[in-house]
Amino acid sequence: MPGITREEVAHLARLSRLELKSEELDHFAEQLNDIVDAVARVSEIAAEDVPPTSHPLPLTNVMRADEVRPSLSPDEVLAAAPAAEEQRFRVPQILGED
Amino acid sequence: MADLIRCTAAETAAAIASGEVSAVEVAQAHLDRINAVDEKVHAFLHVDTDGALAAARSVDARRAAGEELGPLAGVPLALKDVFTTKGVPTTAGSKMLEGWRPPYDATLTRRLKEAGVVILGKTNMDEFAMGSSTENSAYGPTGNPWDLSRIPGGSGGGSAAALAAYEAPLAIGTDTGGSIRQPGAVTGTVGVKPTYGSVSRYGLIAFSSSLDQGGPCARTVLDAALLHEAIAGHDPMDSTSIDAPVPAVVAAARQADVKGMRVGVVKEFGGEGYQAGVMQRFHESVELLRSLGAEIVEISCPSFTYALPAYYLIAPSECSSNLARFDAMRYGLRVGDNGARSAEEVTALTREAGFGPEVKRRIMLGTYALSSGYYDAYYGSAQKVRTLITRDFDRAFGDVDVLISPTTPTTAFPIGERADDPMAMYLADLCTIPSNLAGNAAMSVPCGLAPEDNLPVGLQIIAPALADDRLYRVGAAVEAALNDKWGHPLLEEAPAL
Repeated sequence: MPGITREEVAHLARLSRLELKSEELDHFAEQLNDIVDAVARVSEIAAEDVPPTSHPLPLTNVMRADEVRPSLSPDEVLAAAPAAEEQRFRVPQILGED
Repeated sequence: MADLIRCTAAETAAAIASGEVSAVEVAQAHLDRINAVDEKVHAFLHVDTDGALAAARSVDARRAAGEELGPLAGVPLALKDVFTTKGVPTTAGSKMLEGWRPPYDATLTRRLKEAGVVILGKTNMDEFAMGSSTENSAYGPTGNPWDLSRIPGGSGGGSAAALAAYEAPLAIGTDTGGSIRQPGAVTGTVGVKPTYGSVSRYGLIAFSSSLDQGGPCARTVLDAALLHEAIAGHDPMDSTSIDAPVPAVVAAARQADVKGMRVGVVKEFGGEGYQAGVMQRFHESVELLRSLGAEIVEISCPSFTYALPAYYLIAPSECSSNLARFDAMRYGLRVGDNGARSAEEVTALTREAGFGPEVKRRIMLGTYALSSGYYDAYYGSAQKVRTLITRDFDRAFGDVDVLISPTTPTTAFPIGERADDPMAMYLADLCTIPSNLAGNAAMSVPCGLAPEDNLPVGLQIIAPALADDRLYRVGAAVEAALNDKWGHPLLEEAPAL
């Protein structure tokens, strides 16, 4: 397996929406390498014919009756928002200025 | 009722029901104890004095009105800060949620309130339950009441320490890879991971959804059983909640009899990396069970040695997805919103400021394991290992009623010793992880002190899914026999705080 480089950590951080500091990149590269080396062992026994398990329970869709029930009020929901305006979450710009 | 803080939950509930003591007196005694010792222990992130006293007054009023009280009415409890509590701060040990007051109660919180349990406050934990020492809390570490310079385990170190420091007779934890059982083991208390799906995850802040499971922590096996019955059961709000009757765990704890049971000793757990004193107490427990009438069988589960690597791919993968919700838009921290930056930039700055190093490591590790090109080798292989581990358990439980092992390879290590060595830290969960991957039930019960450091050792008992009652039968039998041998519960040997 290829080692995890400083550049790869920067890429993972970008995908993970983490604005890492420069010194964190080196530190995490070293630690993630150690961890990936250790966990790569799983491929030793993961044979072709073994089915994967994603969950301990045999899950099926759980449905309920489509009935109107009480829920939180807008004020209760927005009380914890970093910023709110006119009963909406106020967020930084999502689309560019142009 | 000389010493209210040292009573078991069962004794306390009986004394309140009979009118020997009021729920308010019991709550006040515990709040006083917290005031006296928690500066040293730091088990609590938030003490809800007003809420606790109000809940206690309500129990006293109901009793005065002639209402029949439940088996835990008026008993104080310490709640891991990963369950939402309406209007009461909930942080999951993270700066990301500092000051957040959830608008709703978790199902578990609601059930505790309905049972008349008095919630004293919220306990310290590794950030988002990621860790084995509680050192990853953004609010500072918790001390182990046996030796304050050592870790109380994690992630639920605050809950376990609160029990061992007599700040509460009951506590709630969550166990994703051992976060109830490992703190139980290193603090000399009882911790149970119920069968996956038996305690609702609604209102439990998610780390790894296919592994997370809430469960009871207590100083005695019977108290854990009483709490288990109060919190378990089907919940329509959690689609992974099992719609089946809760096993009769209280009756099993009272039965406390292992005669004729077949007990399997997991061959793979022991040897190199295991502390000598831990193995000594474990072997004595095996002989104790034999002397109590259990039949001992050695069982090999060869895939278990791959459980730790599989876990450290599956849990981070699920965490990288679950923690995407912390985007600085709807609740929690927001950093760097100066009117010029984009939403995406604000999200990245907030997550950098709000998450600690272990959470960042796991998010990136999960992102790596799930990325195209690596998915099959890492996440895909880990899911296959999960199948092999489940098959090992199925084979074993075809032959024995329960499996046993040490809960942890070592006793409590010093705070700071493994803080910046993730792989060394991860080894603390070596024996507990297989049960999370398979979704079955497991308990840690104290089995003595390691001779070399006089620190508690835990015995792990594992039962098949939905056979949680077997844990309590075996755990209570071990507890009774050891208390008999020692003349008192293990915790009485802990130094005074």
